[in-house]
Amino acid sequence: MASVGIREVRKSFGSTEILHGVSIDIVDGEFVTLVGPSGCGKSTLLRMIAGLEGVTSGQISIGERVVNNVAPKERDIAMVFQNYALYPHMTVAENMAFSLKLKNAAKAETEARVQRAAEILGLVPLLSRYPRQLSGGQRQRVAMGRAIVRDPQVFLFDEPLSNLDAKLRVAMRAEIKELHQRLKTTTVYVTHDQIEAMTMADKIVVMHDGIVEQIGRPLDLYDRPDNLFVASFIGSPAMNFLHGEIGSDGGPAFHGKGGVSVPLNGAAGAGGGTPVVLGARPEHLKLSDDGFPVEIVVVEPTGSEIQIIGRTPGGEEIVANFRERHAFEPGQTVKLTVEPNLIHLFNGETGKRL
Amino acid sequence: MAAQILSAIITIIVGVGGAIAYFWGANRLLDLIFPSRGVAGMAAVDNLRRQGFIRPWLFIGPALIILVVYLIYPVIQTLYLSFHDRSGENFVGVANYAWAFGDREFQNSILNNLLWLAVVPAACTFLGLVIAVLTDRIWWGTIAKSLIFLPLAISFVGASVIWKFIYEYRGDGQVQIGLLNAIVQFFGGNPQVWISLPFWNSFFLMVILIWIQTGFAMVILSAALRGIPEETIEAAVIDGANPFQIFWKIMIPQIWGTIAVVWTTITILVLKVFDIVLTMTNGQWNSQVLANLMFDWMFRGGGDFGRGATIAIIIMLAVLPIMIWNIRQANKEGGL
Repeated sequence: MASVGIREVRKSFGSTEILHGVSIDIVDGEFVTLVGPSGCGKSTLLRMIAGLEGVTSGQISIGERVVNNVAPKERDIAMVFQNYALYPHMTVAENMAFSLKLKNAAKAETEARVQRAAEILGLVPLLSRYPRQLSGGQRQRVAMGRAIVRDPQVFLFDEPLSNLDAKLRVAMRAEIKELHQRLKTTTVYVTHDQIEAMTMADKIVVMHDGIVEQIGRPLDLYDRPDNLFVASFIGSPAMNFLHGEIGSDGGPAFHGKGGVSVPLNGAAGAGGGTPVVLGARPEHLKLSDDGFPVEIVVVEPTGSEIQIIGRTPGGEEIVANFRERHAFEPGQTVKLTVEPNLIHLFNGETGKRL
Repeated sequence: MAAQILSAIITIIVGVGGAIAYFWGANRLLDLIFPSRGVAGMAAVDNLRRQGFIRPWLFIGPALIILVVYLIYPVIQTLYLSFHDRSGENFVGVANYAWAFGDREFQNSILNNLLWLAVVPAACTFLGLVIAVLTDRIWWGTIAKSLIFLPLAISFVGASVIWKFIYEYRGDGQVQIGLLNAIVQFFGGNPQVWISLPFWNSFFLMVILIWIQTGFAMVILSAALRGIPEETIEAAVIDGANPFQIFWKIMIPQIWGTIAVVWTTITILVLKVFDIVLTMTNGQWNSQVLANLMFDWMFRGGGDFGRGATIAIIIMLAVLPIMIWNIRQANKEGGL
């Protein structure tokens, strides 16, 4: 096990810069997810940690050692790929033993390690099968087994669950988390799915367009997003945004399009006339007679809650969740409000949290 | 010349037009005989079912008939002839086969064919694989590939004529115009009559087929190499494999099926090799092969149908198992 340090790392392909100076500190034994939309550079960063891509500038270290110019096999890492990348001509056991064989490990030790990994992952009955005879979930498990067998300093996962169906993905998510709790190996996990990131990680790194938008614990990111991008990316359904400005006539309040008005805490007085974006999580919207009006467009009961999608008089879309079973009808207008201390305010120009 | 071009164009138009007319007309006729439209209820369903039963036969019928007439019938006729004398009229039992295995020239042909089999498929596949791997990594790889592929478009006879000039020998005191002899002379060697050198002349003929077929192997193997998932190679890199181990333990096993298909396809071609030998040496100087020997007996010196057919049957028996295995392997590849 080891810590991983990423300092001011940049990556260019030709004249295009993909990563614009990324710094992340990963503590020994930590489970870190890199999350962001496709093209944000998260997979490239992971491949750079693995050594499959070179570092244009900056420094990557594993443990105490700077690994910029260290070959992948010398880095003591194991990687699980999105498409499993199993060797199709080898059995499950051979797949898992391949790296040890290359190191000329003793046969007895190789077998013992493969056996142990197979037991951890429930692969014992499948050891003599070929990858093509396995289901998607089993293949994924073999790919993880191949990583475990090596007992590396760091596990690297590159969107390992995106080829699985929804149900299996949830099951494997828990399995990977449990595995990490058991092995305590430092793990870097790339995903575009914010739910995966939220549920599995000790620490989330939100990336966007080659920069780190925010690093933090899952709930910190959820409760205090640093900027509009993180606010919109983390959470499902996504946070609602209303565009407007802060007025100071008769106590601090937000004035949005179409006459929408939301009272604010005194502390949020950024001065009158500044363009701001108000953010409110769908579950924080409450029915209230002195709220702003929302015309309901769609009502979606999920059983545990009722979700409505509606529009403000200014034409902005609003999604709200209610645990209570209100009898909403499309076309109906309801009045909604948010508690001032649950409101997120962002600078309308820079997108930074106020 | 103009007349030949005209007749070629007419043949193409008549051939293609005839095929279109047949498929369209037969299809139409079927619809007329068993109409499914404008017919009431059950009758329409019945007719639709009959149509569905007959239609496939309409389409594969012509190919099937041509296959029987030009492939199955000749095989049976050849088998029949191989048990008869030179005129093809009197039954002689296995006398032709007994003759073949005792004949010195036949034995020589078998030996040469085995030599061709041992060298050409292996050389083509190996060179094709090496070129496919190497050209994948350089910017002028596509140009190199096109050049290497080019000989495949030349007929065997055309290729032989080209190589005849390369191996050309002129008598003492004359200027050597053959490329190979020119090179040999440049380095201070003595010019040789390459195609009559005992034993080695066969290899000079093989070079021609290798020159032609390497392009084929290269193209197929190159496609197969591209089909290898990049991630398996990256996984091997992380697992600690060096480039040689990646090539031998990860890449080759994944394209093994394709290698086998390429190998056997060329093997079948080699068993039938004829044009090159006919053009270059016509089997002289111990370079005879089975196909050319068959041609000799069948059509030269009055013709011996019995012996010619016997050699044809022996070639077929040699090709058949490889062919079956090849088709199975190719089907397996497609089914993966």
